[in-house]
Amino acid sequence: MIALIALGYTLVYGIIELINFAHGDLFMLGTFVSLTVVGAFGFSTLFGASTTTPAVLAIVVALVASVVFCGVLNVAIERIAYRRLRHAPRLAPLISAIGMSFILVNIGQVWKGPSSQGFPTLIPDFDILRDVFGMQTLVQLNFKEIFVVGIAVPLMIGLTLFIRRTKIGKAMRAVAQDREMAGLVGINVDQVISFTFLLGGMLAGAAGLIYGLFNENTVFNLGFSAGLKAFTAAVLGGIGNVTGAMLGGFVLGLIGALTVQYVGARWEQVLVFSVLVIILVFRPLGLLGEEV
Amino acid sequence: MALLELHDVSTYYGSIQALKGISLTVDKGEIVTLIGSNGAGKSTTLRTISGLLRPRSGTVTLEGKDISGKPAHEITALGVAQSPEGRRIFGRLTVRENLEMGAYGRTETDLTADFDRVFELFPRLKERVDQKGGTLSGGEQQMLAIGRALMAKPRILLLDEPSMGLAPILVELIFKIIRDINTQGTTVLLVEQNALVALSVAHRGYVLQTGSIVLADSAKALASNEMVRKAYLGEG
Repeated sequence: MIALIALGYTLVYGIIELINFAHGDLFMLGTFVSLTVVGAFGFSTLFGASTTTPAVLAIVVALVASVVFCGVLNVAIERIAYRRLRHAPRLAPLISAIGMSFILVNIGQVWKGPSSQGFPTLIPDFDILRDVFGMQTLVQLNFKEIFVVGIAVPLMIGLTLFIRRTKIGKAMRAVAQDREMAGLVGINVDQVISFTFLLGGMLAGAAGLIYGLFNENTVFNLGFSAGLKAFTAAVLGGIGNVTGAMLGGFVLGLIGALTVQYVGARWEQVLVFSVLVIILVFRPLGLLGEEV
Repeated sequence: MALLELHDVSTYYGSIQALKGISLTVDKGEIVTLIGSNGAGKSTTLRTISGLLRPRSGTVTLEGKDISGKPAHEITALGVAQSPEGRRIFGRLTVRENLEMGAYGRTETDLTADFDRVFELFPRLKERVDQKGGTLSGGEQQMLAIGRALMAKPRILLLDEPSMGLAPILVELIFKIIRDINTQGTTVLLVEQNALVALSVAHRGYVLQTGSIVLADSAKALASNEMVRKAYLGEG
């Protein structure tokens, strides 16, 4: 899941060298949209499933809504806050991005209030090894986890193939490498950048729903820490590098989980960000270096 | 009517005037060269034609149609392709992908004939088709840059310093191919510091000096012009 958010960072950074600070908060709004849609189907935390609608339908509709919402919003953000600053010094769009981040956080707060919002349980949580196969083992393999991986992995493979094979995917890589030359061969650069933001936003939307289903809660300032972690993952893998962002996401998730298990939950963030510092010192280009 | 015409074009970098009212024409089927020393405004002229720079005054017309101030991708779609200075290959795309990008603005999906044409002109590219552009040698990159521009099926091909950094034998090869491309029907506007080779393939030429055109004549006449010989052909 971190990997999905990290992909959004890396896509945008790869193409216009901008750290889109608003990305984490876009993800937060994705969880809110998902929650609202699911709620509209009659699922709520208080009453459980007070509806006959199958959970799958609610999940699919929420996914579509969240993906479309975040994708379109991200395109709008680029239009409003970044496009005009494309030729300005680096710092200007960065500050603009931080501004957008604040705006989104506040929209989230006004929308759902400052308290944590519960997400209804839509996917059953059982241990596949123990409950289905009847195995007595310490190894846990939860259905929920399989579910998350089952959505995230195909999305990433799909994205990689998309960038490698399709015409617009190749155009994205061309723009990332040499924007002016891309214009000279006939690529509409503005269009390709918009498209990149659309794609990044859609991924954030998908991540939003998955997060909600998995963690069963969300809060208006979720985007900050999620965004920071995803950013770390992107840097870890090599920012601008799609495969790297996925790798970084998994490595970071693993470090986090192992820390919680063997060191203590309160040390999780310390270790995660220590990794960022270490990577920046010894391998500034990340594990895989920069390549889109 | 001229295929490409610049009328009194002035282009600025900030407050610095790089082109001071340039007028030139390129007719269909010609090779026209623009020679001049470093900083004379040769590349600026091509960048202005391609839409990377906006002329502050004057007009650029393609077959009578005003294209000044249009964005670069639209100008390419109208039939003006450029192989820029320094080649600007997409280093992390393969040779094939670089060529595909060259045809980006076109609507046809079947590019087999265009690939064949490029590979016929540059057999070396065919051998390296799945290699990353950045791993090619300088000469191969120049071939790729020209090939990429040809993939747009341009009505006029703009070449910026195709001889730059190449061994003499490669320069000769590239210029032979430029002549071939021209005989096959593509109009060429060639910018060169190497005036000697440029004038040997071109029909006509313009001499650019600090943003103004100071001489315009047939290539043959320019090559024997005393001022040109002194300033650009290295004769004392």
